[in-house]
Amino acid sequence: MDHLLSWLIFLPALGAAALVFVRGTSAVRGLALLVSLATLVLAVFLFLRFDPGSSDFQFVERARWIESFQVEYLLGVDGISLLLVLLTAFLTPLAVLASWTVEHHVKAFMAFLLLLETGMLGVFASLDLVLFYVFWEVMLIPMYFLIGIWGSERRIYAAIKFILYTMAGSLLMLVSILALYFLTGARTFNLLEILETVQLPYGTQVWLFWGFFIAFAIKVPLFPFHTWLPDAHTEAPTAGSVILAGVLLKMGAYGLLRFCLPLFPEVAVQWAPFISFLAIVGILYGALVSMVQPDLKRLVAYSSVSHLGFVVLGIFAFNAQGIEGATYQMLNHGISTGALFLLVGMLYDRRHTRLIRDFGGLAHSMPVYSSFFMIVTLSSIGLPGLNNFVGEFLALQGAFIADRFYGAVAASGVILAAAYMLWMYQRVHFGEVHLEENRQLRDLGKREIVILVPLVVLMVWMGLYPATFLRRMDASVEQIITRIDTLGRTYTVEKTSRPIRP
Amino acid sequence: MDSFWLIPILPLVGFLANGLVGKRLPKQAVAWIACLVVAASLLLSARAFYALMQVPPEERHVIHPLFTWVESGDFVARFEFLLDPLSAVMMLLVTGVGLLIHVYSVGYMWAGEGFYRYFAYLNLFMSSMLLLVAANNLLLMFVGWEGVGLCSYLLIGYWYFKKSASDAGKKAFVVNRVGDFGFLLGILLAFLTFQTLDFQAIFQQLGPEGEFAAESGKWGTLSWIAFLLFIGATGKSAQVPLYVWLPDAMEGPTPVSALIHAATMVTAGVYMVVRLNPLYSLTPGVSGLVATVGIFTAFYAATIALVQRDIKRILAYSTISQIGYMFAAAGVGGYAASIFHLSTHAYFKALLFLGAGSVMRALQNETDILRMGGLRKYLPVTYWTFLAATVAISGVPLTSGFFSKDEILVRSFSSGHTVIGIVGLATAVLTAFYMFRLFFLTFHGEQRLAPELRRGIHEPPPSMAVPLVLLALLSLFGGYGYGYLEGFLEPVTGEPLPARGEHSEALVLLTAVASGLGILAAYLFYVRNPTWAAAAQQALGGAHRLLWRKYYVDELYDRLFVHPLKRVSDHFLWRGVDERVVDGAVNGTAGLVRDLSGFLRQMQTGYARAYATWILLGTVGILVYYWMGG
Repeated sequence: MDHLLSWLIFLPALGAAALVFVRGTSAVRGLALLVSLATLVLAVFLFLRFDPGSSDFQFVERARWIESFQVEYLLGVDGISLLLVLLTAFLTPLAVLASWTVEHHVKAFMAFLLLLETGMLGVFASLDLVLFYVFWEVMLIPMYFLIGIWGSERRIYAAIKFILYTMAGSLLMLVSILALYFLTGARTFNLLEILETVQLPYGTQVWLFWGFFIAFAIKVPLFPFHTWLPDAHTEAPTAGSVILAGVLLKMGAYGLLRFCLPLFPEVAVQWAPFISFLAIVGILYGALVSMVQPDLKRLVAYSSVSHLGFVVLGIFAFNAQGIEGATYQMLNHGISTGALFLLVGMLYDRRHTRLIRDFGGLAHSMPVYSSFFMIVTLSSIGLPGLNNFVGEFLALQGAFIADRFYGAVAASGVILAAAYMLWMYQRVHFGEVHLEENRQLRDLGKREIVILVPLVVLMVWMGLYPATFLRRMDASVEQIITRIDTLGRTYTVEKTSRPIRP
Repeated sequence: MDSFWLIPILPLVGFLANGLVGKRLPKQAVAWIACLVVAASLLLSARAFYALMQVPPEERHVIHPLFTWVESGDFVARFEFLLDPLSAVMMLLVTGVGLLIHVYSVGYMWAGEGFYRYFAYLNLFMSSMLLLVAANNLLLMFVGWEGVGLCSYLLIGYWYFKKSASDAGKKAFVVNRVGDFGFLLGILLAFLTFQTLDFQAIFQQLGPEGEFAAESGKWGTLSWIAFLLFIGATGKSAQVPLYVWLPDAMEGPTPVSALIHAATMVTAGVYMVVRLNPLYSLTPGVSGLVATVGIFTAFYAATIALVQRDIKRILAYSTISQIGYMFAAAGVGGYAASIFHLSTHAYFKALLFLGAGSVMRALQNETDILRMGGLRKYLPVTYWTFLAATVAISGVPLTSGFFSKDEILVRSFSSGHTVIGIVGLATAVLTAFYMFRLFFLTFHGEQRLAPELRRGIHEPPPSMAVPLVLLALLSLFGGYGYGYLEGFLEPVTGEPLPARGEHSEALVLLTAVASGLGILAAYLFYVRNPTWAAAAQQALGGAHRLLWRKYYVDELYDRLFVHPLKRVSDHFLWRGVDERVVDGAVNGTAGLVRDLSGFLRQMQTGYARAYATWILLGTVGILVYYWMGG
């Protein structure tokens, strides 16, 4: 099938356009679901057709776009972006299904959700810097509206905060992209060509690195750029939170892997200790602040800060375990935190509150719900045998190999994760039912179970047989590491006469 | 032997069956499924054990690979099981005691709600425990290690509507996580050091041909690995300083206390140390620490048990204390002795808990032994079986506990660890005292029951009585096979230590005397002169209160860790750093932009006069700039 990637990316957008001609709420929902499922089918097809043995970009599509600036329409996926494309395509139908409870402006809501999917898929598949930037920005708009229109009480504040933070970051990135084009004399935005031909002096690398890095760090979010996240997550509608946590945050980490490391390996190596330090602060800080949140969504949001800290830590370990663990952790976080937001959303649909103290004893009134919640909680705290453990362990092993002290401090995050998640679980599900409103709560319906089952199946699968996913990223990760080892270490060796890894 | 990999898998099948459809099945079906899968595992364990005996000792080592679990770069952890004498003994023990407790549970849990949930968890526990025991590498062992912790958490909080129960479950999990943090670091460092996590590959490097030498006199990488893993053991096996969760864990159903918090899970740390004995043999510093922590815990927990009134909590402290003995044994190099005590303890402690369950069932969940008394004539089966377990744990000669305790003391003295031996003897006196105190207060003397409880005291049904009797036989006679056990474990634990030493006959006598002293004292205080106990409590005053309040350690941990952590997170990190500093900076910037744009907006008033003024000001500004710049 030719143009598989283009079809995959623009199918949701076509679907969004088609929604205009559909009447009736249920038809709109049905079509949106159908389109997102068709996209998932294409993504699975892509996944199966992908050749894990090759480190090259696959399914490459290339066309001229803006000739005067050599901007190209250049798409392609490697093992890392392949998995993120799959994650996006997997989470979107679940987000659509979870939005069955949206009553107002359903058509617009679903259209924005599908446009968002196009933006996200485009980000992961673009190999031209301008194209990447365009998708990166396009994606903001539907997200802004999803939060701003369908969010809860403080939605306007959250939406503006979200957009301002992200814009600040993307502005820096835009400057860096342009500088890369003009300053280096590369005269191309084609990432592959730049990687092959451009050799930048260290002084230039530093500036461009930080331009990209801050944009991505805000997205991750890396401490201290994280304060947009609790607000955005909390105020967004369920589907928005799922996509935000599940996919949008991954773009930051993906950007680090795709651009910061290969383009500026020397700076990356040089600054790795500092960035790892921020990651560790995020791990512990996110966990501690999570512990005292009164609002379920805020708790999950801060836990994301902690989880994504492991991702950044793994990336900047520059070894196979670290980067594979980090990439795997991106998927895991998408699955587990996505599931958590879905669960909290189901509760919100029933009780219109997210405050932990408004619940208690739910295991009594909603046993099926509580069982699902337990499995997802266990996945989130990294119980061995479930998905998160594999990613967390590999990222930690990688970090530990790179630097024992950092690895050890980061590992203490596992204690805190158990503390805040189990305490939350206890207060929501255990104990006596102390509020009348909670006594007669309806347990999960069919639609809700259909949403949760695939997530739980994946948690077990990814925990027991990670090879399905890990083997597809081997070659690409290997390539990044080779690049770091050949280009990135030189500077360090000369300057400090001591390699990072003895 | 090939089918031994099914041993951990079968209970998992039971878990899935009962967990997914158990709610719709009749109770009988749930019980049959749960018990049958464990029985099948027991049969397979027995077959594997028998098969191992048929081959020469050096071939008693079978690996069954299932699939590659985690692989990344040069890191590989396979999902594979190991059958060797140590895992065979453990599997037999776990499935054997496990089956008895499953059967007992059918009767014990019959009346309550959520019958299927209970058995699903119990099966999941069996599966995790067997995985822990059968794992062939550290990472897979960690899966079982955390899995049993999870089941412990779920079962402690089984009566989730009770706050005390769900609190206890959470405490158990979090305290265990502190230990697991150490265990995890141990794994990370082990891989960094050995480039593998497979037991055999590690032992090869530790062997005579390997590059690692014994770290006596210095504290090198090996010592760090051994130490970090031992931190995990102090959590799982409830040793000082991480023992605090186990007494609270008694909130769970009593058969759970018997299976998980006495016979099997809590001994996982001991198993781990024995499994890694080639490592601990090369790190005498850490082994010394293991022995010291073990014997200190043994003594310390025994002192607390002296004054407690809750029947299950006394047994919990006694468990902590007895596991201390096992670590002491492992620490002085008596690995086989350690496993020996682990198995005899499994019999008598499981029996003690099941007996306590039988008492509680008869008394509508009364647990205060000061409100019991005189139960002997109402509960004869419970009485006699409980007595069998009590004499065994007290080390009365010729019972199983006597042999295993004596073996530990002999190993301590003959390896030159005199202090450990002496403290061990002293603890034996305390053990005999507090156990017989419990026994006398429960079954002898006058009846101190609340009036409404006096009616309807009755023995349990046969499904509960039969496990009691079988365990009683094991408690009394389970100590006779030690010579054989030691020989069987030899391929794993290494050659038995040299001769038992010249004083071993004297020690046998001393062990017997220690147990006799404790029993005599308990008899004098609680049967002969019941007033003495109150008088002693009066006389001791502060010391008694210190023991009664368990040395205030829970309060101390709360003050030191729990409260400060919450306060710092809430007031400093969240409301301070996050909302004031970071958000403050962001909002400050936003405010600045707003003010600035407000100012700029004022410039665009639409009045020509205002624009003229601005143009004038602008021109002046430019002129001044050029003039200054020259």
